[in-house]
Amino acid sequence: MSAGSPITGAAPAQAPKATPTLDHTPAQSVLPQRVPSMALARFILAKLVKGVLVVLCVVVVNFFLIRLAPGDPASIMAGESGSSDPNYVAQLRTQFGLDRPLPVQMATYVLGVVRFDWGFSYRMKLPVLQLILDRLPATLLLMGSAFVFSVLLGIFLGVIASRTRYTGRRRWLDSLIVGGALLLYATPLFWLSLLMIVLFSVELGWLPAFGMETVGAGLTGWSRVLDITTHLVLPTVSLGSFYMAMYVRLTRASMLEVMGMDFVRTARAKGVAAPAVIRRHVLRNALLPVVTFSGIQLGQLAGGAVLTETVFGWPGIGRLMFDALMQRDYQLLLGVFLLTSAMVVVFNMLTDVIYRVVDPRIAFEGGR
Amino acid sequence: MRTMPDHSTSADVAPLLRVRDLTVPLPGGERPYAVRDVSFDIARGEILCIVGESGSGKSISAGAIMGLLPHHLTPERGEILFDGVDLLRLSETEMLARRGRQIGMIFQEPMSALNPTMRIGDQIAEVMAVHGTHPGPARRKRVLDLLDLVGLPDPATLQHVYPFRLSGGQRQRVVIAMALALEPALLIADEPTTALDVTTQAQILALIKRIQARMGMGVMFITHDFGVVADIADRIAVMEKGVLVEQGRATEVLDSPRHPYTRHLIAAVPTGRAVPRGVTVEDAPLLAVRNLIKTYTTSGGPFRPKRVVPAVCDVSFEVRRGEALGIVGESGSGKSTIGKCLLKLQGIDGGEIVFDGQDIAPLSQAAFRPQRRRLQMIFQDPFASLNPRQTVGRILTDGPVAGGEARAEAMARARTLLDLVGLPASALERYPHEFSGGQRQRVGIARALALQPDLIVADESVSALDVSVQAQVLALLKDLQKRLGVALVFITHDLRVAAEVCQRIAVMHRGCLVEYGPSAEVLGASREDYTRRLIEAMPGRAWDARRQPASAA
Repeated sequence: MSAGSPITGAAPAQAPKATPTLDHTPAQSVLPQRVPSMALARFILAKLVKGVLVVLCVVVVNFFLIRLAPGDPASIMAGESGSSDPNYVAQLRTQFGLDRPLPVQMATYVLGVVRFDWGFSYRMKLPVLQLILDRLPATLLLMGSAFVFSVLLGIFLGVIASRTRYTGRRRWLDSLIVGGALLLYATPLFWLSLLMIVLFSVELGWLPAFGMETVGAGLTGWSRVLDITTHLVLPTVSLGSFYMAMYVRLTRASMLEVMGMDFVRTARAKGVAAPAVIRRHVLRNALLPVVTFSGIQLGQLAGGAVLTETVFGWPGIGRLMFDALMQRDYQLLLGVFLLTSAMVVVFNMLTDVIYRVVDPRIAFEGGR
Repeated sequence: MRTMPDHSTSADVAPLLRVRDLTVPLPGGERPYAVRDVSFDIARGEILCIVGESGSGKSISAGAIMGLLPHHLTPERGEILFDGVDLLRLSETEMLARRGRQIGMIFQEPMSALNPTMRIGDQIAEVMAVHGTHPGPARRKRVLDLLDLVGLPDPATLQHVYPFRLSGGQRQRVVIAMALALEPALLIADEPTTALDVTTQAQILALIKRIQARMGMGVMFITHDFGVVADIADRIAVMEKGVLVEQGRATEVLDSPRHPYTRHLIAAVPTGRAVPRGVTVEDAPLLAVRNLIKTYTTSGGPFRPKRVVPAVCDVSFEVRRGEALGIVGESGSGKSTIGKCLLKLQGIDGGEIVFDGQDIAPLSQAAFRPQRRRLQMIFQDPFASLNPRQTVGRILTDGPVAGGEARAEAMARARTLLDLVGLPASALERYPHEFSGGQRQRVGIARALALQPDLIVADESVSALDVSVQAQVLALLKDLQKRLGVALVFITHDLRVAAEVCQRIAVMHRGCLVEYGPSAEVLGASREDYTRRLIEAMPGRAWDARRQPASAA
């Protein structure tokens, strides 16, 4: 213990003045050095500044990376229109500004981005920002529901599994949950999606397999909500299953570890009943690894959505990105990258803030 | 074994707690029963100390009383009568109503006994909440009163603080406040001071005794240290391997122990007096530390101010070949920092570390590497300091092999080393988890010796061990030091232990060296107030003075 205390900054306990009966440690040593909300605001501000810098770096790097791919929009458009006339290609290049030096193009683009002008998609004949904003709600809806599905169900099942681990009679429940989780995250995502489509859409006809709503039904109000919800089920499950399985295992392992800790025994010695011990003492301390992983999941959901959106014909960003890539739609592609990188940065920031909410020790540990 | 020895006077008055023939099987253990046929009583207002080494079944007995045994242990026989009710026959719901309300409990590890994500005031209030007492504002007031009762400063602010801001001693006070919140009739204290340094231990013992006297509680105090027992016990019960071998009044057991195991435990308690020993000590210092300064600085950032914590300021001392120097101080006194600086595990901010004529402080890690073999360390925690995935043979040979020795040759020496530290050669093939704490610490010592060092730094190397095991390891260290002539820097918070092994002692307080000299002088005629306070804090001093002439005769 003596090794750590100088670093954590807690003043060493003052020795008693005369007889060793009480240790009156100076009171200020245990008080927070700054107001927590101030520290939080400062922390978020620092993260924001760093985040903006990271996003700008990502934009610049992506700009150059994309140009490494063979072919450009002009040659692809010319190819599609059946003309290989070099003059036509050159004219297209001038029209798109592709003939200017690369650094100039980049500067133009970055300056535009800063002013919220994300460029123009020559394929879709619409501003990039508008295209993205059109598709964003669908993707956010899918991501959000997959996230909530995986986190809630994962934690719930993980808690159940850990609680039944050491009970003789209900031990099978733990084995069942752990076995199911293992199966789920060993199954490839696309395979799971296809199986579910075959079972629930083709064979049973319970759930729609394609799109976000029933085309041409013209539904409004609650019936539209219901329609979208039924469309949402299969993509959500297939996008969220892998992470759900991870959360089950993480939560279970973490719960079992925390259940063996001294403070849980302290709580039980106080006479706290078992469910309250789990709720108040175990769960919150067991959630940190889950929070870490959910940050990673959020960052990856946007990427994972490409596959799911393709399989289920979901009209979101993932689909947009795929099309833009195939057609060398630089501006649109860069826009999507910009959005996803900004999302990753924001989610990481959220994770850091949630850490501090869950674990008070982190907020005050400076220097790390 | 004696049953009902000395309570014939109060036989008509039922004791607060009466344990009869408590037997708990130990499935898959090294012996068939964790505790067997254990019987003892605790009266109101009485402190019963249960003494024994780790694994003797002390904590299992406590767990059985609380109904908090690990899931694989179930009492097979016996009864635990608390206020006339057999706790072993009660349902979980009925036990819930008693835990925390009628029986309170304090644990060994204050650092981990509190929920890190809950404010301490809320943790104390929770006891009242789950038992439905002190409704409304009375509950907050009670929390403040309790914090005040256990001697914590500024309760109004402190109640909103999270546990990580408190020192070990302060956390133990919070745990005590929690255990006492509803004024239970029985308090079970399971090694409550073992993890604390000596001064804090003395304060916590005094606190428990004071509150016990005020509330008239019965206390079951579990410990392995007879020094602590001498300070606090009314009666004593000694346990060995799950069996209660002796019990009686404190003075009886302490001064005329009957059972050989009790005598063995008592003999293991360090005396707290300098032991004069014939060791050949050279005059020229092997290690000379001059004006050592170490300051911890947290890296600042654009949004964060720098924080500077001085850990060691201007410390100078010398160690000669064949000599043991004790560096003694409380947690946070900077003693471990010195150890890390000596081995260059940490950079220093000023001063010289002259080892065998060469100042090693300015050397780069690469330039220092050839010297590293000559400076070795024995760590505090025998459980964390050995790689659990490596065999003992591997642990002992990795260092020499890294130094260019052939594996076979190193293996042969490892065998000799094991013999030297009193372990069988078969240990080479085994993994650390197969050994007890004391045996692991022997492996740690063998590892340090494997490189044939000139100087060994032992940082709290016996603090995590039971007193009896501690005595064995100390004897081993003394013996090895004598035979091999290796110099030893022995870092500890326990003056008693330092007195056992060290010729000279340096006392550290808040990063400064307050007293430095031959052990006999520092212990017998200390010039500094602070040293005298440390000496006063040593447990069992009155008893020690009493037993000394007897054992000398």
